[in-house]
Amino acid sequence: MEPGDSARAIALRNKDRVGGVLRALREIVLAHGHVSRDQEHVVADVFNLSHAEIRGVVSFYHDLKTTPQPPVEVRVCQAEACQAVGGRELTARVEALLGLRLGEANDSVVLSAVYCLGLCAQGPAMMVNGRPLARADERDLRAEMPP
Amino acid sequence: MTTAFVPLDTSAVALGADAVAAALANAGVAVVRNGSRGLAWAEPLVEIAEDGSRLAFRNVHAAQVPDILAARGAHPRCLGEVAAVEALRRQTRVVFQRCGEDDPLVLPKVTALKAWLGEDPNALLAEIEASGLRGRGGAGFPAHIKWRAVAATEAETKYLVCNADEGDSGTFADRILLEGDPHLLIEGMALAAIATGAERGFVYLRSEYPVAKDLFQRALDAAYADGVLGDDIMGSGRVFHLELFVGAGAYICGEETSLLDSLEGKRGEIRAKPPLPAHRGLFGQPTLVHNVISFASVPAILKNGGDWYAALGVGASTGTMPFQLAGNIERGGLVEVPFGITLGDLVLGYGGGTRSGRPIRTVQIGGPLGAYLTPDEFDTPLTYEAMAERGAGIGHGGVVVFDDTVDMAEQARYAFAFCEVESCGKCTPCRIGSVRGKETMDAVLAARKAGDNTEGKLAIVEDLCEVMESASLCQMGGMTPIPVVSALRRFPEDFGRDAPG
Repeated sequence: MEPGDSARAIALRNKDRVGGVLRALREIVLAHGHVSRDQEHVVADVFNLSHAEIRGVVSFYHDLKTTPQPPVEVRVCQAEACQAVGGRELTARVEALLGLRLGEANDSVVLSAVYCLGLCAQGPAMMVNGRPLARADERDLRAEMPP
Repeated sequence: MTTAFVPLDTSAVALGADAVAAALANAGVAVVRNGSRGLAWAEPLVEIAEDGSRLAFRNVHAAQVPDILAARGAHPRCLGEVAAVEALRRQTRVVFQRCGEDDPLVLPKVTALKAWLGEDPNALLAEIEASGLRGRGGAGFPAHIKWRAVAATEAETKYLVCNADEGDSGTFADRILLEGDPHLLIEGMALAAIATGAERGFVYLRSEYPVAKDLFQRALDAAYADGVLGDDIMGSGRVFHLELFVGAGAYICGEETSLLDSLEGKRGEIRAKPPLPAHRGLFGQPTLVHNVISFASVPAILKNGGDWYAALGVGASTGTMPFQLAGNIERGGLVEVPFGITLGDLVLGYGGGTRSGRPIRTVQIGGPLGAYLTPDEFDTPLTYEAMAERGAGIGHGGVVVFDDTVDMAEQARYAFAFCEVESCGKCTPCRIGSVRGKETMDAVLAARKAGDNTEGKLAIVEDLCEVMESASLCQMGGMTPIPVVSALRRFPEDFGRDAPG
């Protein structure tokens, strides 16, 4: 998919695929950073479903963001295996460093919770813009953040 | 000719493997990106092959590359010949036998498929039944019953669905396999297609695994190019099409009926059972839903025979299980051994105790819906039956170790909090019970801090757990009480109750 693909083009090419609605919504978020109310209507139109049905799908999945996202996404694992090696403490330090609580964003970064990155033997784990970090600490974060 | 193997696995990349690979290439060494051997504690685990020798080096940093190339076997990070590494040699690798040996995409695409292409599906079903294979996703349901149900149900279309929505904390076996030996899964699914008569399949992968997504898609493309998938599998005239589907962030989609709704493009809400997916699954058609490891166990079973597989393990827990040692553990990673190993041998023998060096206080087995056990229970053999006697399960094989700094009341609160975030919302006990459970545990924590009696609050927690367990539609709500109640029973002192004894 290309960053410039319109929601309609994305919806049309997924129209006859299994799970097409969810595929289309994922691709729209990947291409545009989020799915807007107007784009939800476009998907509803292409799939001949009501807007409510599309809204229902969008609101169900963590990845389907409905507002524009800042350029950097920091995800800190909150699950048990990371808790066992200081995940809660790491979260607090990252919150202090960024001046954000989990779930909050500013113009440059969004800090979110993630429940397991599959790095459970090497926690605590984080992901910065899709890049996995194991045995992570806030120094790694400084190194990963754009200036 | 010197060749270096540097894993492309997420567990290696997350600790700088890409920089290590670049440093080796700069030094003029041919670099192969292999899968992981599963020794997470040693990642990035670099192997240097030359003249029939293949030395393993643990925890390699890019800056160490020149020293390692100069010192080779004399370098302090060298573990010796990889084939002789004790942590690997002691394992019984069946599913993960090839993982880490080479570039995942050059590993053989088929080992058993050719021999079974012309066979009667009943012959395959008989081998699966003889193997005693049970579903590796968590429920441990006998595979052959599902396979026979799908095979016997008359329908226009039948589907295979592989559940690769590995969301349990403490588990990563599916990810390591998808990143290290994807063709084994494809072959397992192709064999299941022959046995059940399904002509179309899907692999539902969680979005948190981007490396697995790219690698598995490349493996699919290669399998089509080689005729392992398509309209005429290896010239047999049999049809099997397999597609990758990536989720959008929802733990509940690891539940099979929720996964099917998600795969249909809808909200991933639970369906009431029955009907079972084997009778009415994807789009109402008979569907065989299995975990990654279940399908990936099939080629070895059909190559070596069901009886061979059944000889591994104990009683009705046959074969091998890839356990995953996680959390506060010195030597965490993948340990594939026959069922029946004791919890203590796994955690202490393979795992080497805690990473922090402090005493182990509890071990949670089977993910966020699994029980918290104590070191007093380390003599328990890991079989479905022995774990059930302890009110616990094996789940997907995740074993999360905690040291003595853990607060079990906080862990109980977390179980409810996780359920609140991830509940699909379809049934009331799970949707509301998780919220009320978290609130009540907050009240317990506040009372404990103030030195007040917690009994009244704990009675509500226990009551809620009973309702969730007996009245939830699926295991998300139904099993959230397991970590809560196991923590409360075994560690009452953390909840403001008197310690046992």
